[in-house]
Amino acid sequence: MDAKQMDAIKPAQFPASADASPAKMAVKVACRDVNVHYGTKHALKGVGIDIRERQVTAFIGPSGCGKSTFLRCLNRMNDTVASARVTGSILLGGQDIYDPKIDVVQLRARVGMVFQKPNPFPKSIYENIVYGPRIHGLASTKAEFDEIVERSLRGAALWDEVKDRLNEPGTGLSGGQQQRLCIARAIAVSPEVILMDEPCSALDPIATAHVETLIDELRENFTIVIVTHNMQQAARVSQRTAFFHLGTLVEEDDTAAIFTNPRDERTQGYITGRYG
Amino acid sequence: MSDVTHSGGVGLPSRHIGDEAAKRLKRRYAAEARFKFFGMAALSAACLSLLVLLWTIVSEGYTAFQQTHIKIEVEFSPDNIAPAGTADRRRLMAGDYRAVLFEALDRKWSDVTDRDGQRLLEGLFGSGAEVQLRDMVVADPSLIGRKVEVWLLSHSDVDMFFKGHVGADEASGGRMAARQVAWIEALRAKGEIEKRFHGRFLTGADSRDPEMVGVLGGVMGSIFTLAICFLLAFPLGIMAAIYLEEYAPKNRFTEIVEININNLAAVPSVVFGLLGLAVFIAFFGMPRSTPLVGGFVLALMSLPTVIIAARAAIKAVPPSIREAALGIGASKMQMIFHHVLPLAMPGILTGTIITMSHALGETAPLLMIGMVAFITDVPGGALDAATVLPVQIFMWADNPERGFIEKTSAAIMVLLAFMLVMNAGAIWLRKRFERRW
Ligand SMILES: Nc1ncnc2c1ncn2[C@@H]1O[C@H](COP(=O)(O)OP(=O)(O)O)[C@@H](O)[C@H]1O
Ligand SMILES: [Mg+2]
Repeated sequence: MDAKQMDAIKPAQFPASADASPAKMAVKVACRDVNVHYGTKHALKGVGIDIRERQVTAFIGPSGCGKSTFLRCLNRMNDTVASARVTGSILLGGQDIYDPKIDVVQLRARVGMVFQKPNPFPKSIYENIVYGPRIHGLASTKAEFDEIVERSLRGAALWDEVKDRLNEPGTGLSGGQQQRLCIARAIAVSPEVILMDEPCSALDPIATAHVETLIDELRENFTIVIVTHNMQQAARVSQRTAFFHLGTLVEEDDTAAIFTNPRDERTQGYITGRYG
Repeated sequence: MSDVTHSGGVGLPSRHIGDEAAKRLKRRYAAEARFKFFGMAALSAACLSLLVLLWTIVSEGYTAFQQTHIKIEVEFSPDNIAPAGTADRRRLMAGDYRAVLFEALDRKWSDVTDRDGQRLLEGLFGSGAEVQLRDMVVADPSLIGRKVEVWLLSHSDVDMFFKGHVGADEASGGRMAARQVAWIEALRAKGEIEKRFHGRFLTGADSRDPEMVGVLGGVMGSIFTLAICFLLAFPLGIMAAIYLEEYAPKNRFTEIVEININNLAAVPSVVFGLLGLAVFIAFFGMPRSTPLVGGFVLALMSLPTVIIAARAAIKAVPPSIREAALGIGASKMQMIFHHVLPLAMPGILTGTIITMSHALGETAPLLMIGMVAFITDVPGGALDAATVLPVQIFMWADNPERGFIEKTSAAIMVLLAFMLVMNAGAIWLRKRFERRW
């Protein structure tokens, strides 16, 4: 690594991984030899990774390398793609999520998801939050629902901005607020893991900063996996980083280590901007 | 002065400045102006023909809402009807109202004693006058034994003449005798003949006499038929669309189903009438000429279009909403019924209503299943023999009597109004669904 590169990324730029040894946390999701085919296209090739509890794991890599594909394996969203075929094992808390006995609906309550483009339901802010708890039967009285709404919106750092207009449409909020509403909607069902697929790519820098702060706070209670094409973002919010390339997981390490001392040539090439 | 040189003057010559460029620009503007003109011309032509159409119908038809009446004093003598105090409807209906009318004629025109003259006098009134007298007595039996002045419906020939649609004699299209014309002129001078609002046209059913016809029979028939059609086609269409869009595997079989739905939407409507005749009436033994069968036939005809519209609306729901619902753990059915269907509903409704408007105007398939019968009662339900408005119009248009011409146009006006009301209702409904974002 040349001196210029070392200059550009200093350890001080990894606030999120300042805590000692992120690799010591308990394993939440254990993936082994995960392969995904779209028809005849082999999109994901033998990926194995441990995603650890209560920290943020970032997936980086050039576009089309299979980050989203892998992320969508973790809550079986790939089931909705007719041509997709997933093999290998993914254990959530020791339980194989592709076991036929597993109920997908329940799995998705345990593994929430936030999408690239904010996609609130075209209903009121309140309805957006209570929809998940309602279909999963997590609450029954109005007071309980109210409590969930407040807790989720506070958790998503949105409460103060919207508490006076809970009955207005969620689609009327700004882009950043909409994305935080989607995060609030996801945490309202008390998931264990939250998957985020480029959650800031449709947001302006200020809204991005908001969401990044939020992600750092959420780590206290949730296991978070975030896909990002923005390496600064990965450096800012994650403790662990995984680099994907052409459908394979090239390397996975503490974020600081990946950015300062990548072991693989391809990783180094990507983070120094040689391709991407 | 600065010596800055502006481009376009010295230096590289721009290809976008100068005579050549100006010419090109002018050509482009001309092309745009031409295009705009053609658009305006097409629009004007469409508007103009619509106006001509509406004008023809309205100017022909508006007079049908008035009918010529003649004022005459009648005596409801118990001899001709029933003893005073009779309340039995059946006996009141059976009275000899023709005699009541004839006696009144004798009193009013006591100077006319020859047989020909009496027949001509009787000819001033049609069967409508008797029905009018009967209805008065049935509604108020205390009239028996009393003398009252009433405005009675004139014969349709008198009506046509009085309204000026035809002349008096045969040469000018009329059917009036010279003596009748003289009587009418005398009545006119005394103010005892005039055009009065004719509510029966809106509350009655079909009749042999143009002055007695009404559109309500056809309107109610249309309402019952469309209601059945909607109740069948709407839910079935949505269910089929949901299955095809959300559940059906994409294979050869669904492809064939899809192609055939599109083909069915293009099948001429008479064919559905034949199908209805063979299946519903001949095989299932449903009562013919009824709105029930009519509704089934129109539902068959509308179903493909409703399915196509519903599928398009369902397909237009953004995938991001589906992902949002699935991502939070909604089952497929919850996703469809909580999110996809509400968002697709305005589109589905629009498509369905357009289809219903088409079904409202259908004649051919209903002719096949016998909804062309001559029915003088307003149908009270989907199992009564009935006709529908467009078939009614078709039958009246087919009738050679002059009096039916204005009735036909007026019935068309009613049909158009019916359609407007239906479409307005649809727009209102759609707006309601849309307001829930
Ligand atoms: N639904 C799909 N059907 C077929 N191929 C797909 C589908 N989704 C993604 N792919 C392919 O899989 C590969 C990985 O895509 P993706 O996971 O979206 O990449 P990334 O998120 O890293 O940009 C790409 O080559 C893409 O073309
Ligand atoms: Mg992606």
